Amino acid sequence: MVRMGRRVLLGGLALAAATAGAAARRALVVPRRRSWPRVAGTDRRPGRWQVVTVDRPPGEVLPGGRWPDPLRPLDGAVELHLRPAPGGRGSELAARPLGGVATLPGMAAHLVGDDPGLFLRDVLRRVKQLTETGEVLRADRSPVDRPAVPG
Amino acid sequence: MRALCWEGVDALAVRQVPDPELRNAHDMIVRVRRSATCGADLPLLGGRLPFLAAGDVLGHEFVGEVAEVGPDVRRHRVGDRVVVSAAVACGSCWYCRQGLHSCCDNGGTAPAVTESAWGQPTAGCFGHPRAVGGFAGSHAEYVRVPYADVGAFTVPEPVSDDRAVFASDAAPTGWMGAELGEVGPGDVVAVWGAGAVGQLTAQAATLLGADRVIVIDRHPERLRMAERHTGAETLNYELTDVPAELRERSGGRGPDVCVEAVGAADGGATPPSLAERFTGRRSGEDPLAVREAVHACRKGGTVFVSGTFTGFVDTFPLGAVMNKGLTLRSARQHGQRWIPMLLDRMARDELRTEHLATHRLPLEQGPAGYALFRDRVDGCVRAVFTPEG
Repeated sequence: MVRMGRRVLLGGLALAAATAGAAARRALVVPRRRSWPRVAGTDRRPGRWQVVTVDRPPGEVLPGGRWPDPLRPLDGAVELHLRPAPGGRGSELAARPLGGVATLPGMAAHLVGDDPGLFLRDVLRRVKQLTETGEVLRADRSPVDRPAVPG
Repeated sequence: MRALCWEGVDALAVRQVPDPELRNAHDMIVRVRRSATCGADLPLLGGRLPFLAAGDVLGHEFVGEVAEVGPDVRRHRVGDRVVVSAAVACGSCWYCRQGLHSCCDNGGTAPAVTESAWGQPTAGCFGHPRAVGGFAGSHAEYVRVPYADVGAFTVPEPVSDDRAVFASDAAPTGWMGAELGEVGPGDVVAVWGAGAVGQLTAQAATLLGADRVIVIDRHPERLRMAERHTGAETLNYELTDVPAELRERSGGRGPDVCVEAVGAADGGATPPSLAERFTGRRSGEDPLAVREAVHACRKGGTVFVSGTFTGFVDTFPLGAVMNKGLTLRSARQHGQRWIPMLLDRMARDELRTEHLATHRLPLEQGPAGYALFRDRVDGCVRAVFTPEG
C-alpha cells in the first residue's frame, strides 16, 4: 500500500505509541463528542470522528472486539466506537485520531496530502468493503504500470 | 488487444493496449461481442469531465462471452454469453439490497472524489476515468468485470447480441424512468427525447399500462422510429408548442408522468472552458427539457430526470415544483435490479431493441461511429461496435 496519508499518520502513530495499550482498552467505550476546531501544530485534543455505516451487525464488524486488518496498524493512534445503526442498516463504525497527532489545518492538509481524516475515512471504507464483500475493490492498473505492448 | 481510446477533446483513436487482468477474486474477463455508444459518453468525449486521461478506453454498454473467471465467481463459466450492467455494484451493501445499485457504497475505487463532488460516493462505471473510480471501457476486445456475479447476466438463447446489448444500460434506464416515475394504467406519459433511452422509456410506459405515451424530439427520423417501434404519439418541438399540445392531449391536466430522456444536455457539442475543465463545474448545463417537463406536468404528478447531468443547473423552476406539488426523481440506472426481467421480456419478444442500432461498425471505425452519433447525422440513433470485426 502506497499512500502519502498513511506515511504521515504513521508518524502520528509514533507520537501516540506510548498510549497504545490504553487506547486499545478504550476502544468501543469512548462516548461520541461534538467536532473540534481544526488547529495547526500539535493538537492535544482528539480529531473529528469519521464514521461509516456497515451493513452488518456489530458482531461481524469487530468480531470478538478485535480490530480488522485495515485498522490494526492504527492501534494506539485512533480510538473506535461501534454501535448498531438505526433502521436495520447494520452498524455505525466511528474512529478518530487520538490527541497529540501533528496536523495541518483544513485546506493546507488537503493540499499536502496529510489529512488524517481523509486517511481514516479511507481505512474505514476498506473495513466496510471487507466486511460487506470480502475484498477491497482494486482499480484497473494504468497502462503505464503495465508491461509495454507495441503501439 | 485493440481498444477505442480517448486521446483528447473530441479526439478518439483505436490503439493497442494491455489486455485486462483479474484484479479481485470476484472479477471476470469478458470478450466483447457488441459495445454501444451512449449519450453519457459525449461529456467525456468533449472533455467536460475532469480526470479523463489520454489512453482511457470508453464504452459501458456491452454484451460478450466470458473468457476468464476469478476464483470467487460462482454464477458464470468460461463461454457463457452475458450482458453486463454499466453500473459496477457490490450487491452486498445496504443500497444494493434496496435495489439502488448505482448508489452502491463499494462499486467505485475512488470514493473520496465522488463524495467531494456529490456529497456521497456512488457506484463505479465502465468507460469512466480511473481517477473517479471508474473502470476501463468496453469498446475493446476484452473488458474486466468486477463483482461479476452481481453485474453480469446470462443472455437467454433466443435473444440476439444486437438486442441484448441494450439490456446493459439503455433498457434499464428507460424502464427506470417509467417505473420510478410510477407510471400506471390510464396514465398520460410524456417523454422528452426520442433516442434509445427515450424510445425504451416509451415502451416501458406502454408495458406498465399507460393509456397514452407522447414522445418529444426534433429529429424527424427518430420521431418516425418512435412511432413505428413504440406505438407512441410524437411531437416535434421545432414545429409546435409542446406545453399547449400536451395540455390538449391530456384533457387540460398535463401529463401524469413526465420523463426527461434527452441524454447529454447539449449533446456534448460545446467544448468546456479551461476553468470548467479544472473545476469540473459546467456552467452551461441548461436543462431545457427538464424545465419544460416541470411546467407541463399535471399537479401532483411526477417528473423523472434520466439524462446526463454532472454539475450545476440554475434557472430551475423550483417554484413550479413546490406549488404544483410535484415529485421530482432521478437516478443513474440500477441495472442489476431490472436486467433479468428485461432479458425475459426480450426473450418473449415483448421488448425489441435491435432497431436502435442504426449503425453497426467494426471497432476500427469507432471514431467515425462516434462522429455519427454525436452529430446525429445519417439517422444515427446508436452506433454499435463489433470488436471482432
